[in-house]
Amino acid sequence: MSTMTFSRAINAGLRKAMDDDPKVLLMGEDIGKLGGVFRITDGLQKDFGPQRVLDTPLAESAILGTAVGLAYRGYRPVCEIQFDGFIYPAFDQIVAQVAKLHYRTQGKVRMPITIRVPFGGGIGSPEHHSESPEAYFTHTSGLRVISVSNPQDAYSMIRQAIACDDPVLYFEPKRRYHTKGEVNENQDLDQMPSMESAQVVAPGTDVTLVAYGPLVQTAREAAMAAADEGISIEVIDLRSLAPIDFAPLEASVRRTGRLVITHEAAQSGGLGAEIAASITERCFSYLEAAPVRVTGFDVPYPASKLEKHHLPDLDRILDGVDRALGRPNSLSGLEG
Amino acid sequence: MIQLVTATGTRVSHPEFDRWLEDIDAERLCALYEDMVVIRRIDTEATHLQRQGELALWPPLLGQEAAQIGSGRALRSDDFVFSSYRENGVAYCRGVDLTDLLRVWRGNVSSGWDPFEINMATPQIIIGAQTLHATGYALGIQNDGADAAAITYFGDGAVSQGDVSEALVFAASFQVPVIFFCQNNHWAISEPVGLQSRVPIADRAPGFGIPALRVDGNDVLAVLAATRIALDRARTGGGPTFIEAVTYRMGPHTTADDPTRYRDANELEDWAAKDPITRMEALLTHEGLFTPELQAGVAAKADAVAKEMRAGCIGLPEPEPMDVFNNVYSTPNSQLERQRDHYSRYLATLAGAEGSN
Ligand SMILES: Cc1ncc(C[n+]2csc(CCOP(=O)(O)OP(=O)(O)O)c2C)c(N)n1
Ligand SMILES: [Mg+2]
Repeated sequence: MSTMTFSRAINAGLRKAMDDDPKVLLMGEDIGKLGGVFRITDGLQKDFGPQRVLDTPLAESAILGTAVGLAYRGYRPVCEIQFDGFIYPAFDQIVAQVAKLHYRTQGKVRMPITIRVPFGGGIGSPEHHSESPEAYFTHTSGLRVISVSNPQDAYSMIRQAIACDDPVLYFEPKRRYHTKGEVNENQDLDQMPSMESAQVVAPGTDVTLVAYGPLVQTAREAAMAAADEGISIEVIDLRSLAPIDFAPLEASVRRTGRLVITHEAAQSGGLGAEIAASITERCFSYLEAAPVRVTGFDVPYPASKLEKHHLPDLDRILDGVDRALGRPNSLSGLEG
Repeated sequence: MIQLVTATGTRVSHPEFDRWLEDIDAERLCALYEDMVVIRRIDTEATHLQRQGELALWPPLLGQEAAQIGSGRALRSDDFVFSSYRENGVAYCRGVDLTDLLRVWRGNVSSGWDPFEINMATPQIIIGAQTLHATGYALGIQNDGADAAAITYFGDGAVSQGDVSEALVFAASFQVPVIFFCQNNHWAISEPVGLQSRVPIADRAPGFGIPALRVDGNDVLAVLAATRIALDRARTGGGPTFIEAVTYRMGPHTTADDPTRYRDANELEDWAAKDPITRMEALLTHEGLFTPELQAGVAAKADAVAKEMRAGCIGLPEPEPMDVFNNVYSTPNSQLERQRDHYSRYLATLAGAEGSN
């Protein structure tokens, strides 16, 4: 075990994956000498050389498109998208090629491509630097989508993503890059919990609160605050957004009867909608209240001075918990 | 524009290109002719199969035989092809199974062959996307220290796509062994090439730092020589080459298209006079090679191939309903497995209902 920051943990995971498999290579903008704008790839070009850590020309579709060709040739490219809001030029290659090639070729061609996306807000940035585009990709069959919330998962799950024979989008909560945690670097891939499993990170009995990425920490803080008022919240870190590991969610909701989901992304058509619908289908008779979503608004990501209103925080989450519990809340008295 | 055989079949010498054709003796010349006739026959047979309702769609390559055979026959088996949907002539050169060629157009599968068996990716429908795949593959070849090359085929319409420009940038920056083979067949569905580019398409490549060759795409020898030059450059560390093969799409865009709505019949007549196969026949006649035996042999081969392909097409088994769920991922996926399970239960209830009638 060693203590390291979130960003160090990703770096260490990348390094381990590159040590283990010479076919792993990194590609992206400014990831070489600079080590990436967030320094996630710091030192890797120096140690592995420019053939394995490629500074690419500035073209996201080409980063993904050439990664496809490299995968045909037997490589395992790890592509860095500099910021969430810059993934859209690559959208076509991701959705029309990366996601579909295995199906198109009846399993003949594998796409073991990892796409790292620093995502989410809370860092006071201008437009295009704080987005949460995960639902575009969870809606796309053929992709696996994960999001990490702590240094241990950051380390383990980047290694699992790279080892996976399917394409994986790995969403990194950039506002948590500097948080520290214990990381065990001495686990084999098969000893780690599957990257597709959801995990209960704080047990509770009254309400199930589902979060992922940056909001797991906020959800845990909300659970601690609620405990002071005698409300017991079970926090589940979703970890895998596609596919969703529903079993622990179902088990939890069968006990609590109440469900709150929180994410930074806009509400409509988001992960919260999928989880609410699925849990309603699967656990209808156990639910004692309608599922509640606490999310970003259906607005383009706002200016940094406004982002505190947009982002779910501890108090908004607790307001949602109150709604799920039928306690007085901001919407009390409103129908529907 | 480089031309080694005139439209009337006269061989003209070329100081630089001729030496790339020294091995093309009478036998090889006849083989190129045979390839072109056979692929035209495959193409017409497939069009008939579509008209007869056996194929859902077919993209004819009529008129582009020299461009596809000349380049396809220049390749080595360890080179890798990333093409669009129209390069059935190239697939033939790679040795594709004839039934595999049609599988996708019949609607049985999303793509018909194993790319690693013939070192050719299956048809790409997203215009221009495959140019990036070839560039990435070539980057892999370079990393491996191999002397193979990647070649990508695309049309005149594709050159307007951002992906093609991005591929040219990446290929030039990394100096990878890739060939950009543009078949300028003058049309992108209904849009004439002039709408895509105000200058000859080949003129764009030098702006990216990539040498370009503009060849008569209906002249199989010019295409073969140009592709060999580009391959040699790629194999010897000289980086990418852009080839514009100037040709003409004599048929519709696909069997679903009606070109009379947008193009002048005279234009087709002009190009019919430059038909790559009649040109080859004229050349063979000049060389005293266009004998009745050759003609009979080629016709017999074309007939046999067409017959085999038709039988393979019609004999294709229908896909199984549950195939729809297969191979989305390389390992099981819990959410999809649930949908598979629910659908199989649903199908079982239908079977049960049928049984009770
Ligand atoms: C990204 C994208 N946009 C539009 C289409 C529809 N489309 C199919 S073929 C075609 C024309 C392509 O022309 P060209 O590149 O010249 O190739 P050709 O068909 O002549 O071989 C178009 C617009 C497509 N397949 N992909
Ligand atoms: Mg065209």
